[in-house]
Amino acid sequence: MIGGGETNVVAIGFFLAFIALSLGITVWASRKTQTADSFYTAGRSVTALQNGLALAGDYMSAASFLGIAGLVALSGFDGLIYSVGWLVGWPVVMFLIAEPLRNLGRYTFADVVAARLRQKPVRIASAIGSLAVISFYLIAQMVGAGNLIRLLFGLPYEFAVVIVGVVMLAYVLFGGMTATTWVQIVKAVLLLGGATLLALLVLARFSFNPLALFAEATRQYGDGVLGPGRLVSDPVDAMSLGLALMLGTAGLPHILMRFYTVPDARTARTSVGYATAFIGFFYLLTFILGFGAMVLIGRDAITAVDAGGNMAAPLLAAGVGGRPFFGFISAVAFATILAVVAGLTLSGAATLSHDLWVNVVRHGETNSREELVVARGATVALAIVSITLGILFKGQNVAYMVGLAFAIAASANFPVLVLSIFWSRLTTAGAQASTIVGTVTALVLIWLSPAIQIDVLKHTEAWFPLRNPGIVSIPLAFAVAMLVSWLRPVPAEEQAFHALERRIHLGAE
Amino acid sequence: MPVTSAPGSPSAALEAVTAARWRIALSLTVAMMVVYFGFILLVAFNKPLLGRLIVPGLSLGVLLGALVIVAAWVLTWIYIHWANTHYDAHLRGLRS
Repeated sequence: MIGGGETNVVAIGFFLAFIALSLGITVWASRKTQTADSFYTAGRSVTALQNGLALAGDYMSAASFLGIAGLVALSGFDGLIYSVGWLVGWPVVMFLIAEPLRNLGRYTFADVVAARLRQKPVRIASAIGSLAVISFYLIAQMVGAGNLIRLLFGLPYEFAVVIVGVVMLAYVLFGGMTATTWVQIVKAVLLLGGATLLALLVLARFSFNPLALFAEATRQYGDGVLGPGRLVSDPVDAMSLGLALMLGTAGLPHILMRFYTVPDARTARTSVGYATAFIGFFYLLTFILGFGAMVLIGRDAITAVDAGGNMAAPLLAAGVGGRPFFGFISAVAFATILAVVAGLTLSGAATLSHDLWVNVVRHGETNSREELVVARGATVALAIVSITLGILFKGQNVAYMVGLAFAIAASANFPVLVLSIFWSRLTTAGAQASTIVGTVTALVLIWLSPAIQIDVLKHTEAWFPLRNPGIVSIPLAFAVAMLVSWLRPVPAEEQAFHALERRIHLGAE
Repeated sequence: MPVTSAPGSPSAALEAVTAARWRIALSLTVAMMVVYFGFILLVAFNKPLLGRLIVPGLSLGVLLGALVIVAAWVLTWIYIHWANTHYDAHLRGLRS
């Protein structure tokens, strides 16, 4: 049986080929990574199409490939609600954030907030928000990687977590943003190409008519698979999750950092256009992959291998393309995790070295050489922490963690970022209070929610009724920022905004 | 309060660009939210409607879900088109 956890030679072969290619890229990139600027931004020479692909590679995680395909296969239409939700944040990134961020900042999104406010308090608050998002996202990816690799390749969990950590460390430590960018581009091309080929092989059996595939699904499992089921039972919870997904995308540090790799704001704009096109196309493909697995593999066969349905897409690949294609799709899934983890680690290193070390500890008075050394040290530390957390959280249900990362990103980072770009009266105290309140509210409400109290701790009831805190924590973070800024206005900071207004549009001239 | 300035002055031109960019960014963001939350609210409150088959193999829900993705594409295209034609022209004016 395929995917039962036995050693899979073809898959490991494809995977080793990917590792060899990506380490080759890293060796090439390491020669270009001599300064802090090249380490964080790849020399700001990435083109719009390259950055669009890299953004897609940074964003499309194994959760969206394997998780959504599995969810659609097992629950039909309900899985599609996620496909749609993961995309709608991208237009918001484009309309509100991408260009001003590129024009105002250098390495991290905290640069934008700190551009006219007091450096220290703002950087410390933003670092707390960023590191919280990055930690939860990393844990979810590492635990997912361990489980997945056990299923796909038959390798032990701990071994898989260590491999992911070490390979990712090699990319980021030696190749910095250049290597990370190219690993993400290669991964995005493999993932988009592999998913397209898989969808075409499925559709070939239905004379290339998706409706014939969906009709077959209703014939086998009833008309209900094409309509809403039990997933969205509470409208408020659904709105809350939707809000966090939509606004959280615009607050993810590793995504925001990518806008510094392009030469100017216009390129940043075009790159989000490409990213939105690729990611949307990919999520439309999950419609075909999910229903394809439901019809051609069958729900019982999918849950027999993995109760969560995560093996739906690889099993479908085995079903329509045989063992080699299963190996290829498995390797693509692994590459997917590596690319996301590398992006997360790089943005975490930028937060630790650029925001905390350079601008808080050293008051901005340091040289590029020292910053690069600190950034590399931070990368090693983050790799060790993520391997450790990945092993500590073995066997835990971490499904809520990605949702939590989005909720914190939407509550701690997004409100302050938007207000600092568009609202002249935001003050240092307002920004600081908003980030802290956003982070703490999101964390506490998740702790009190059914996702932790009932699913993890096995209590019979939860204090907070919603699974996602976004609908409370996001408006609260906005309200706190505005209230604190209104109560104690700082005219000097408002004047500094007007001095920056030209730079918001034209960048540093 | 925004600093007011004489019409035709450089800072008046800057304010006009800021206002135009803010207007379009806000309207498109609200449009995306209306489309997406409209879809979510239909899922939450009118499940039978979304489960209705329009033709064999296609329910209203699947069609609308795909259309939300298409709407995201269209809105980003509108923004890029606006920015490439109008915004960039204004920026050239500001620079000179």
